[in-house]
Amino acid sequence: MTGVAAPPAEETAPTLPGPGRRPLRHTLTGAVTWGGLWVFVGGLLLAVATVLLTSLTTQFTDGWLPRGYTTRWYAQSWATFDLGHLLATTVGVGVAVVAVTLAVALPTAYVLARLTFPGRRLLLLLILVPQVVPVMTYAVPLATLVYRLRLNDTLAGIVLVNLVPAIPFAVLVLVPFVEQIDPRIEQAARVCGATNRRVFVHVLGPLLVPGLLAAGVLTLVRVVGQFELTFLVSGPDSQTLVVALYGAAVQAGELASQEINAMAVVYMLTTLVLLLAALRLVDPTAVAARDRRSRR
Amino acid sequence: MRAAGPAGATSDLDHPEAYRLTWRDRARQRGLTPTLWLVAPGVVFMIVFFVYPLCYGVGLSLQGTGGWFSAYRDFFANRLVNDHGSRESILITLELALAASIVNVALAVPVAYRMRGTVRAKRTIMAVVLVPMTLGTVFVASAMKEFLGPSGWLNRALLHTGVVDQPLQLVGNFTGVLLSLVFTGLPFAFLLMVGYTSGIDPSLVQAAAVCGARPAQRFWLVTFPLLLPGMTITFCLSFVLAFGVFPSATLVGNDAGPTRVLSKIAYTEYSYGRYPTASAAAVVMAVVQLAVLGLVLWGRGLLHRGPTTGGKG
Amino acid sequence: MTGRGSGGGALRIRALRREFGSFAALEGLDLDVPAGEFVALLGPSGCGKSTALNLLAGLLEPTTGTVSLDGRRIDRLPPEKRGIGMVFQNYALFPHLTVADNVAFGLRMRGCPKPERAERVRRSLDLVRLRAQADRYPRQLSGGQQQRVAIARAVVVEPRLVLMDEPLSNLDASLRLDLRTEIRALHQQLGLTTIYVTHDQAEALSLADRLVVLRDGTVQQVGTPAEVYERPANAFVAGFVGYRNSVPGELAAGVFDAGPLVLRVGGTGSTPPDGGRVVAMIRPEDLLITREPATGAGNEVPVDVRVCEYQGRSFAVEGTGPGGRVLHGRSDQPVRPGERAVAVVAPDRIRVFAAPEEGARAGGAALLAGREPS
Repeated sequence: MTGVAAPPAEETAPTLPGPGRRPLRHTLTGAVTWGGLWVFVGGLLLAVATVLLTSLTTQFTDGWLPRGYTTRWYAQSWATFDLGHLLATTVGVGVAVVAVTLAVALPTAYVLARLTFPGRRLLLLLILVPQVVPVMTYAVPLATLVYRLRLNDTLAGIVLVNLVPAIPFAVLVLVPFVEQIDPRIEQAARVCGATNRRVFVHVLGPLLVPGLLAAGVLTLVRVVGQFELTFLVSGPDSQTLVVALYGAAVQAGELASQEINAMAVVYMLTTLVLLLAALRLVDPTAVAARDRRSRR
Repeated sequence: MRAAGPAGATSDLDHPEAYRLTWRDRARQRGLTPTLWLVAPGVVFMIVFFVYPLCYGVGLSLQGTGGWFSAYRDFFANRLVNDHGSRESILITLELALAASIVNVALAVPVAYRMRGTVRAKRTIMAVVLVPMTLGTVFVASAMKEFLGPSGWLNRALLHTGVVDQPLQLVGNFTGVLLSLVFTGLPFAFLLMVGYTSGIDPSLVQAAAVCGARPAQRFWLVTFPLLLPGMTITFCLSFVLAFGVFPSATLVGNDAGPTRVLSKIAYTEYSYGRYPTASAAAVVMAVVQLAVLGLVLWGRGLLHRGPTTGGKG
Repeated sequence: MTGRGSGGGALRIRALRREFGSFAALEGLDLDVPAGEFVALLGPSGCGKSTALNLLAGLLEPTTGTVSLDGRRIDRLPPEKRGIGMVFQNYALFPHLTVADNVAFGLRMRGCPKPERAERVRRSLDLVRLRAQADRYPRQLSGGQQQRVAIARAVVVEPRLVLMDEPLSNLDASLRLDLRTEIRALHQQLGLTTIYVTHDQAEALSLADRLVVLRDGTVQQVGTPAEVYERPANAFVAGFVGYRNSVPGELAAGVFDAGPLVLRVGGTGSTPPDGGRVVAMIRPEDLLITREPATGAGNEVPVDVRVCEYQGRSFAVEGTGPGGRVLHGRSDQPVRPGERAVAVVAPDRIRVFAAPEEGARAGGAALLAGREPS
């Protein structure tokens, strides 16, 4: 277990037999750590495999594997849940939320990263509080409000409620990206005669592309997985995939479990495509650890 | 400085001391520049769709059918959700969320600590660990339900190898929900901790080694104290994630009994159209959660807070 | 060289080599350091000097080779068992510990009893004049103070060997000079065997008893500062210690010939190779730019002045010599750009070395002139 991802220092054990050869460091704790990681990964893979297998099962047996395989549940599931419509809703909501979020969050993030002004702490509070208040606490009154605006069971209503956690979250993601850009670059552009708009279009915009991609992809991932808010506001015509999946899973007794798992697989594939896109665009370690830079 | 100059005699340029500051100048000196208008859309949106609903919710919770605090009285008298125990839910939710976040942090720290250097396949490990975060609570819960169930693979394997002679009861109770919460919450905790561990200057650990500290001493005397602030934050955010969700409790657990969480109560009341009691449950939730966060952050304040790099580095 | 050191500390390095993949960062270092000596490893970045230091500290493992301290092999020991002190470039002070606790850390690890610990911490803080700051945290100190804490932390355990990794490179110029003097004084006082890594030749020359000049992982020259400064072993070392003018050409019978530029070269110094491609190197200080050539034994070369900079006592002049070669010299009086002047250099101030092989990197600012001998 240790060999799979041990630090290089331990892999390249000295080949020279010498006096006081260095022993392998933290062998026990290392084994426990990597063992724990593998239990986690193994459990996850097996759980996903269970879902996948169930969705392909013709008939369950007492053994490890089903008796036969079929793909007909996918067709059935597609028809029962109207998966096409669900996917369209999910994608539509996701794209709309990301677009609005970025447009609103970027200016806010810019100001937070660059300026000190009276009320800055208050603004920061407005950004941070949504991260630490339970979703249900504002979801219930927000849903009531959406209902009064007659936006329940509409795409607009779902986009609206999803914007509430998305905007402050995107601001938090974007602030470090803005901070990372040396303000002197902007000043240099201004000294060269660029107007605000040009500074943004020609200097800030291009430099912020990685940040916008990161914020956009992370927001999209969150919207697609966002359950509580969407659940409270959506109706039969405006469900997203997660909400429909929850609805199906709750009434598991009444539906064939293969059908539910087929939908789960469709949902999983959607999110995995997103994750792959995210990993192509954003290095999670780089997002997490941008402050470490070699000083040599 | 602001004394009025001889009116009209000379221009302001000749007598700069005579120049009167307008309100614009004074606002500018305090940092109120026109650029600040950029925050207007975000602020307006958040006030209308976050702050207002929050206040509105508190207001709703006070409009119970039996007077001002009747919704809360109903909550604490277990009269919600068809007279099931709503008061116990506070404890249930707290236990679940605390257990999940403690497990998450305890697992995330050592793995993240080992990932700080250059590790082979680091990207792959990161990607695999991030999968459940993307899958979300609903999917993980429904997958766990099958996997952990009496005829799921886990129990089959345990029975087969003779570790147990009866299927473990992992679904419909606390354990199942906890496992489900760990699977969804750990990636997030891990991602945060990778940030914090790689923020620690490696030369600090090297310096400790050169000073004679053994590996365990290096971790406990240098790395651990420097990681504590980050661990606190990770704990808090994990707690927030675990505290508010109910799909795991509903799908893997048993929301009529042992895993009836607060958010499920709020939802059920809401779905019955009983908005005051739904809001009361939601407010109780917020109060409990913020109390825990406050307590943890207060505890953190007692400990050292500082830069995690040596010197200017 | 003298055995001032109290607790020994004779270092012996044999064939020390470290590879990263197929790249050899350090190719076979051999070095004997008597107890109490101050040795500087000098070279440009990427020359292997930091690798060498990390190998001595135990932060890296050698691919091959041995290191022994007072006759005991330490090259396979983990850093914590080597009993050395180290000063890091970025100080690496523990931010969560006070200055006193930072200094006490090594003593604590060695199980030193509390009263003695306090006494030794106090003494070493006195040594770096930071006793008043004992209860502060590193972030409350200036860069220079932080580095003095780091030095105190390294010497408080009275290690047999002290390693310093570019300790002054994060400080600004004037502070650097002060702390340099302080390090020298501290070494004279304590007599601890010290290995000091730097890319700054002035620092190395002023601090060390002996220099080791490195390039691309190989040793170029080992010698006292005077030896290295006066008699560099090759063109690279010469370039690194200030021979800024470098002219490729051919040598025959004491006469250096580079096309239009012909110089008589003198007796002392390195042994000029017979015939073949060579490179002549001259310090700017030895190349006097003047309007009226003095009647002397020096070589005289016509120069078109391009740039003249005031530098206090003299003027730094850049000009173009015969064949378009850029030459750097000194002048006692100001000269104007465009002016025709004469560069005078004594034959014994010219060093002639075998020309570096094709493709080898030029050291520092050397070989600025005529980089491509066509």
